[in-house]
Amino acid sequence: MNRTQQYYISRTLFYIVLAIIFIYIVFPFYWAIRSSITPNNELFATPVHYWPQQPILDHYIEVFTNGDFLVALRNSTIVAASTTILSLLIGTVGAYALGRFRFRGRLPVMYLILSMTMFPAIAILGSLFDLVRRFGLYNQLPSLIITYLVFTLPFTVWVLTSFFAGLPKELEEAAYVDGASPFETLYKVMLPLIAPGLVTTGLLAFINAWNEFLFAVSFLQTPDKRTVPLAIFLFNTTSGGGFEVPWGTIMAGTVVVTVPLIVLVLIFQNRIISGLTAGAVKG
Amino acid sequence: MSVSAETQPQVQRAPLAVPRVHSKLVQAQTRLAWILLAPSLLVVAFVALIPLLQTISQSFTNARLASDRPVAFVGLTNYVNLITDTDFLRSIWVTVQFSIITVLFEFILGLGIAMVVNSNFKGRGFMRAAMLVPWAIITVVSAQMWKWMYNDIYGVINDLLVDKLHILPANVAWVSNPATQLPAIEVIDIWKATPFVALLLLAGLQVIPGDIYEAARVDGANGIQQFISLTLPLLRPAILVTMIFRTLDALRVFDVFYVMFGSQPTTMPMAVYAQQNIVSFSLLGYGSTVAVAIFIIIGIFVVAYMTAFKVETA
Repeated sequence: MNRTQQYYISRTLFYIVLAIIFIYIVFPFYWAIRSSITPNNELFATPVHYWPQQPILDHYIEVFTNGDFLVALRNSTIVAASTTILSLLIGTVGAYALGRFRFRGRLPVMYLILSMTMFPAIAILGSLFDLVRRFGLYNQLPSLIITYLVFTLPFTVWVLTSFFAGLPKELEEAAYVDGASPFETLYKVMLPLIAPGLVTTGLLAFINAWNEFLFAVSFLQTPDKRTVPLAIFLFNTTSGGGFEVPWGTIMAGTVVVTVPLIVLVLIFQNRIISGLTAGAVKG
Repeated sequence: MSVSAETQPQVQRAPLAVPRVHSKLVQAQTRLAWILLAPSLLVVAFVALIPLLQTISQSFTNARLASDRPVAFVGLTNYVNLITDTDFLRSIWVTVQFSIITVLFEFILGLGIAMVVNSNFKGRGFMRAAMLVPWAIITVVSAQMWKWMYNDIYGVINDLLVDKLHILPANVAWVSNPATQLPAIEVIDIWKATPFVALLLLAGLQVIPGDIYEAARVDGANGIQQFISLTLPLLRPAILVTMIFRTLDALRVFDVFYVMFGSQPTTMPMAVYAQQNIVSFSLLGYGSTVAVAIFIIIGIFVVAYMTAFKVETA
């Protein structure tokens, strides 16, 4: 066996390993798509076909005519967007202070924020539930918007602080010389420069809020207040039909809520990876 | 200002590393910094620190949710009940088992995938993008996807293993068979988190300069030697941090178990047990005790990892 042969064999093996990894990663999502366009009589029959004989869109029509599901999409958008905006507003000024100012107590605050990023939400579920009830927020979307800050805000502050700290020191010196106040310096000089950080943390906050389940399943009750994860979880009970569990419709629902996220993630993949590693490596 | 000046207790006025003449400026800066931080600190206090203290104090009471009955201090009763509560002890065992298996497999598979993707090949960007797909799928959604794949009659996993590959003699009810329940859920978590682990380790691999491998090759080190004496030590910080994050996530696992098994006692992780006590049974007092125990267990893991990390970097 000569060198070129050896090279081609090892190259082929390498691509086979790569293909196995790829299939392992994307197969469950492929299967959800396949099941979402397979008619029920084929879905609940053996042997299993890996591509539907007659692809149909009925399950998608069911999903989009299901009022509860549409309401859930709306609710999740409201909750995730509000949490993200609040985290960015509050977190940016906090991170500005931590990243650009030298003051006593800075380090303890940094440690506090860092420990908050590892905070287990279950440890405060009871107290938050109590709080939510006392403020009359039970079964209301603001109960989620406020409590989701527990995990979105510390992460936002932590990552943005490193973005602020990375900017050159001369920036505000120049701005101060020009007579700008610290606030003007922040939103006229700094904000445009940390825009990539805002996109990264904003996206991650949005995705985390969009995915949250523990608080949603605990604080919400009626169908008109459900978020997407709750709606997907409770699909079994809300739509019936001839079969016990409407797997085709559930899979159509999972595809509908997953595709926008995957598109977002693919567009911003470099930002997301750098945000995840900033959060993790420096965490 | 140096780090040590901040961490050491200071008896007199803070000797900031800034010359005295600027003390007015320093004061103004400090005040402004605290004003800017105030909203963040208020939120953290309001939604995290105060609730945590409240959870701790409620764990010593018989408080119930939405009840008019007066709350009584019950001392350590809840804690005494907790250590003899077989459901809770079982939930610890389920959680620890789940955590060890998933973190171990995610690390091994994640490192392998990271090494493969780190080499030069066509379509590398495409592969990296694909790795973000499981991470982007909502946990509840991925649990539903797998639940359908695990279906005992029409599921693709039975079809693959029984009809196509002939590895198993007959269909298995993966989700309801007690022997396969925990592995079934571990597979879901491993599938979802492995690409994420791989991405974090890949980021660590990419900062290792290529010329040290060159040097090792010149010195006659083979691939395995290079991996053990170069890659692993240099990747250590990234490995440690990734493992901390994964372990913390695994110990507080809730979504995937709740979707797959609801509140079936034999397969309940700690978080589901706490949630069930608080929300379903309205036992705020006892549920808080469970929550405190979870907090302590997670805290032990964090401290253990941190100590390992300190030893590592010292």
